[in-house]
Amino acid sequence: MSVVTVRHAAVGYDGREILHDVSFEVDAGEVVAILGANGSGKSTLIRTILGLASLTRGEIDLFGTPQRKFREWARIGYVPQRLGAGSGVPATVGEVVASGRLARRGIFRPSGSVDKAAVRDALTDVGLLSRIDDPVTTLSGGQQQRTLIARALAGKPDLLVLDEPTAGVDAASQEAFAAALGRFEESGGSILLVAHELGPLRPLIDRAVVVHEGRVAHVGPPPEPAGHHAEPDHDHVHPHAVTQPTGICVAPTDRIAAN
Amino acid sequence: MDLFQYDFMMRALTGALIIGLAAPALGIYLVQRRLSLIGDGIGHVALTGVGVGLLLNQSPVISAVIVAAVGAVGVELIRERGRTSGDLALALLFYGGIAGGVVLVALSDDANSNSLVQYLFGSLITTSPEDIAVIAVLGAAVLVAMLAFRPALFAVCNDEEYARVSGLPVRALNILMAVTTAVTVTIAMRTVGLLLVSALMVIPVAAAQQVTRGFRSTMAAAMVIGLVAAGIGVVVSAEADTPPGATTVILALAVFVAITIGAAGWRLARRRAHPPHEVEPPDVVLQKV
Repeated sequence: MSVVTVRHAAVGYDGREILHDVSFEVDAGEVVAILGANGSGKSTLIRTILGLASLTRGEIDLFGTPQRKFREWARIGYVPQRLGAGSGVPATVGEVVASGRLARRGIFRPSGSVDKAAVRDALTDVGLLSRIDDPVTTLSGGQQQRTLIARALAGKPDLLVLDEPTAGVDAASQEAFAAALGRFEESGGSILLVAHELGPLRPLIDRAVVVHEGRVAHVGPPPEPAGHHAEPDHDHVHPHAVTQPTGICVAPTDRIAAN
Repeated sequence: MDLFQYDFMMRALTGALIIGLAAPALGIYLVQRRLSLIGDGIGHVALTGVGVGLLLNQSPVISAVIVAAVGAVGVELIRERGRTSGDLALALLFYGGIAGGVVLVALSDDANSNSLVQYLFGSLITTSPEDIAVIAVLGAAVLVAMLAFRPALFAVCNDEEYARVSGLPVRALNILMAVTTAVTVTIAMRTVGLLLVSALMVIPVAAAQQVTRGFRSTMAAAMVIGLVAAGIGVVVSAEADTPPGATTVILALAVFVAITIGAAGWRLARRRAHPPHEVEPPDVVLQKV
C-alpha cells in the first residue's frame, strides 16, 4: 500500500512556481530520500505533502486518503530542520518531546502514564534519556535534532517525514539518529526524508527522488555524489552556510531568494 | 491592618490577587512566542471599549472585554497571514484604539481627566462589587483555560508548524489565546490599569526564567511572583497612597532584579567551586594537518 502518493504536483509562492510537475510514491515500509541542490524545491515538496504549503495543481494522497480529507495526523511524525522559533521561555527536553503525544491524545485529555512512557522510550531510542530534564537550549545542534526526532517518535507514527536531518549535525549525533531511523524502519515504519547529503543515512535509503529545477530528474537507487562531494574523505557534517559548487546533480548553485 | 476593614480595599486586593495569578499564566505563552508587547497593544484597544461603555452608560468592563476581544482576534488574524504589512496594521489598530478611547471618554457624561487616568493606571477605589464578580468569573476562566490546555498551547507557541502537522486546531488555540489576552487586559484595568497590564503578564515570567529550567516550573514560579507582587503592591499602595498598578509593577521589577543578581551570583560561585569540564563535540571534522 502506498503511504504517500504525489501526482503531478505544482507549488508556487506569490505567483512564482517552484515545483512544476512532481510525481512519486512512498510505499509502506520504504525509505525514500528526496535529493537536490539548495533551492531545488525539495523542502517545499515535503512542506506541501504535510499541508504547510498548498498545491497549485496536482494531487497528494496520504495513506490512501486525499490530503484535504486526511485527519489521522498521528500517523505522521514530522521532524523539522530545527527547533521552532518559540524559545523565549525555557523548556526541558522532556517537555518538547511530550508535544509529540498530542496528535495521539488530543488536546482535551491530560497527559497520562502511557504518554510518559512513550516520551521516555523515544528519548532512550535517540540516546538522550539522561538529558530529559535539561533545558533544550543547553543541547548541541545535533542533540537538539535528536530531540526533534524523539518528539516525532513519541507519537508512534507510521511515517516519519524529516527535513534535512543531517544539516549542521555533529558526527556522533548523525550516527545516533541513523541507528534510531534504522530501528524505526525495522519495526515496519516508512520514512520520507529530504537531504542535501546522505552521509550515514545512505545505507538505509531504498529509493532516491532527485528534484532538479522543480521537476523529478531521477528516481531509483541513490545516485553517486558528483564533484566536490565525491572526494573519498569528504565527510559532509558542516552546516551548509557556504553554497557548494556542485550538489548531487549538476544544478544552478546561485540560491533562489527565500521569498 | 485597619485598611482591610474597608470593603473597597478587600475588593481591590481580591481583584489584584486574581490578576496576579492569571496574567503570568497567560503571559508565559506570549513571551514564548515573542509577543511580549501584545498585551500593551490590546490595552490600547480596550480603552475604546471603555469609552463605548461610558458613552452608553453601560458597564465599561463588559464593553471593554468585547471591544478588546474583537481587536485581539483581528490582531491574531493579521499575524497568522504573516505579512510584513502586519506590523503597520498593528500600529494603526493600537493608536486608533487609544485615540478612540480618549475621544469617547471625553464625550461621555463621566468626562473628566480623572476617570481616564483611573482606567489607564488603575485605582484602589473604583472596583465595584459587580466589577469584582466579573473579574472573579473571567479570571477563573482564564486560569482554567491556560492550565488545562497547557500542553497544546505550549506546542503551538513552541513550534506552530509542528502543531499544525500534528493535526492540532492551531487557529482555534490561537484565537483562544487572543481572547484570553483581551479578557486578562480588561479585568486588570481596574487595579493595574490598561497601560501597565502587560507588565504583569511579562515581568513575572522574565523573573522566573532566570532560575527555572523548564516551561512548567517557569509557569508555576511566574504565577507565585505575580501573586506576591500584586498582593504586596495593593497593600503598599494603600499605605503609601501611590497608584496600585505602578506600585505592583515596580515590586515585580524589583523581584526580577533581585532574582537576576542572585542567580548570577550563584552561578559564579558554583563555577568557581566546580569548573566546567564537559566539552561539546565539535560540529566540524577536525582534520590533522
